[in-house]
Amino acid sequence: MNAVFEILKATIPAGTPLLLGALGEIYVERSGILNLGVEGIMIMGAVSAFGVTAITGNVWLGILISAIVGGGIALIHAFNSITLKANQTLSGLALTMLGLGLSGLIGKRYIGMPLPNKIHNLPVLGLKDIPFIGQILFDQDPLVYISYILAFVFWFFLFYTRFGLELRSVGESPDVADSAGIDVSRIQYLAVFIGGVMAGLGGAYLSVAYAPAWIEGMTAGMGWIVLAITIFSLWKPERAVIGSYLFGGVRVLQYKLQPFGISPNILNMLPFIFTILVLMLASKEISRKKISAPSSLGIPYFREKIT
Amino acid sequence: MAEKYKNTLLSILVIILGLLAMYLISGVRPDIILRSIVISAFGSVYGISETLTKSIPLILCGLGLSLSFRASVWNIGAEGQLLMGAVGATWVTLYLIPNAPRLILILTMFIVGAILGGIWALIPAILKVKFNLNEIIVSLMMNYIAIEFVNYLVYGPWKSPYEWGFPYSTKFPPSAQLPRIFDTRVHYPTLILSIVLAVILYIILNKSKLGYEIRVVGDNIEAARYAGLDIPKIVLIVLLLSGGLAGLAGVGEVAGIHHRLRVASGISPGYGYTAVIVAWLGRLNPILILLVSFLFGGLLVGGDAIQVSLGLPGATINFINGLILIFILVQGTSKMRISYVRKRRSE
Repeated sequence: MNAVFEILKATIPAGTPLLLGALGEIYVERSGILNLGVEGIMIMGAVSAFGVTAITGNVWLGILISAIVGGGIALIHAFNSITLKANQTLSGLALTMLGLGLSGLIGKRYIGMPLPNKIHNLPVLGLKDIPFIGQILFDQDPLVYISYILAFVFWFFLFYTRFGLELRSVGESPDVADSAGIDVSRIQYLAVFIGGVMAGLGGAYLSVAYAPAWIEGMTAGMGWIVLAITIFSLWKPERAVIGSYLFGGVRVLQYKLQPFGISPNILNMLPFIFTILVLMLASKEISRKKISAPSSLGIPYFREKIT
Repeated sequence: MAEKYKNTLLSILVIILGLLAMYLISGVRPDIILRSIVISAFGSVYGISETLTKSIPLILCGLGLSLSFRASVWNIGAEGQLLMGAVGATWVTLYLIPNAPRLILILTMFIVGAILGGIWALIPAILKVKFNLNEIIVSLMMNYIAIEFVNYLVYGPWKSPYEWGFPYSTKFPPSAQLPRIFDTRVHYPTLILSIVLAVILYIILNKSKLGYEIRVVGDNIEAARYAGLDIPKIVLIVLLLSGGLAGLAGVGEVAGIHHRLRVASGISPGYGYTAVIVAWLGRLNPILILLVSFLFGGLLVGGDAIQVSLGLPGATINFINGLILIFILVQGTSKMRISYVRKRRSE
C-alpha cells in the first residue's frame, strides 16, 4: 500500500508538464491547426523559466516569462500556418529544431547551475487531510494546483462558452463558421497562442519545479508525448487529465523499477512504447465511437472568393 | 508575381532576424560563425573530404524521405531507421557470419541493414494503414526506441570486453571495414551506392508506374482513391523503401567510419532529422538531393568546428537548421498554395 501511495503521489508532478502541454494543444487542434512544435516550445519554456529565475531570483517571474516566450514562439507557427497557409507539419518541425537549438545556445551558461529559488510544496490546509487521496492530490506544489484549475477552466470554456463553441466550429468547418460571422484567423491565432503559453508553462514546470535544473534537451521527447496525449484525449480536456497522469505513472515506474536490475535503457523505452500502445487503443475507440479529429485539422483555410 | 516577391523578402527577413538572435545570445558575430563554417567545411582538402563523408548518410536518408514525402507520408523516423541499419550491420559482422569472405560479408551487412531499417519504418506504416495512426508521432517514437536500443546493446549484451569499459561493441574485423579514399574517411562504396540509388530513384519516380502512383497518392489522395489505386500498399512500399535507404546509411556509418557499434549519439548527430530539410530543400528531387546533401554535410562539419574554435554549443546547428527550414517554408508557400487550391477545387 505504501509503495502504491508513493507511486501515485509521484505520478501527479510527473504528469503535470504533460497535462499543461496537452490542454493547450487540444485548443490548437480544436481550431484546426496542427502544431508539431510542442517539443521546441516546451524546451524554450524550460530554459527561459530557469534563466529568468537564475537572474532575478524570482521563480514566479520566470514562470510568467516562460508563458510569454511560449506564446511568442507559437505565433511563428500561427503566422506560417494561418497567414502564409504554409505546410503545418514542416512549420512544426522547424519550430522544434529552432527551439532545441536556441535553448541550447541560451542555456549553455546555466548547465550545472543551482536554481536560487525553486517551487516548493504547499499542502492545502483541510484538503490534504482527506484520507489517502488528500496527500496525493493536495500535498503538491502550487503549479500542480494551477494545472488542476486550468484543466477545469479549459474544459468549461471549450464546452460551455461562446468562445468554445466558436473554437470548435472553426476546427470542424471553417467555411460555415466564416459565413456565421466568426473571424476564423483570429480564433486560430488565439488558439495557437494559448497552446504556446501552455507548452511554455509545461517546460517551466520541468526546469523550476520538477528537476529543478537546466539540462540541454531536457524535454527528451515530452513534446511528442503531449501530441500523443492530445489524440488519446479525443480532444477533450477531461480525458487529457487521465492521459497525462497515465504517462506520468509510466515515468515514475521507470524510476521505481531501476533498482531491480533492469537496464535503464530498456526502461527509458517504456514511455515511447506505451505511447504507441495508447495511440492504438485510442484509434480503436475513435473508430468505434465514430468520432474523429477536428475535420479541418492541418488543412489551411482559404476564404472562397464570392463570384 | 508580387506575391512571390513578398515571400522572398519575408524569408530573407527571417534569416536576418534569426542571425541577429544568434548574435545577441552567443555574442559571436554571425559572419564569423558562417566564415568559420565555410572555411572548415570547404576550405581544405581535409574539410571537403569530411564534408563528403558526412553527406553520405544525408544522401541516403534524404532519398528515402523524399520518396515518402512524395506520397505525403510523413516519415520522420530516418534517425531510428539509420540506427537499426547500424545494428543490423554489427550483428552480421560480429555474430552472424564473422568469418565469411569479404564481399559476401559486406553485401550481407548492407542487405540486413536495409531490411532492419525497412522493418523499423514498416511499423509506423502498418499502424497507419491498420489503425489510422499518425505516422509522424509513431516514427518519432521509433527513433527514441532505436536510440535506447542501441545504447542498451553497447552498454549491455554487445559491450566489448576489450575496450577498457567504453560503451563500444567489439571492433569489426578488417574484412568488414569498408575501403576509404586514401587516408580520408570517405568510404566510397557507400558513396557510389548512394549516387547510383539517387539515379535509380529518379528513374523510378519519373518514369515508372510505381513512381506515378506515388505522386498521385501524394498530390491528390481523393483522385488516387477514385482511380482505384491500392493506397495502403503504396504507403507500405514507400515506407519500406524509405526505411531501407536510411538503414543503408547506418551500415555505412559503422562499417565505413566507426568500425564498431557505439552509443547512438556517436553514430548519428541527427542525420535523420537534417535529412528532412535536405529532402525539402532538394525539392524531393533525387538528383538535387545529392547536391543539397553535400552542402548540409558541410554545415555539419562546420557545426563541429565552431564548437571547438568559437566555443558555441552543438545545438547552434539545430538552430541554423530550423532557420533554413522556416526559410524554405516561407519561400515555398506561394507554390504550395496553388496546389492546395487545386485540391480544394477538385473535391
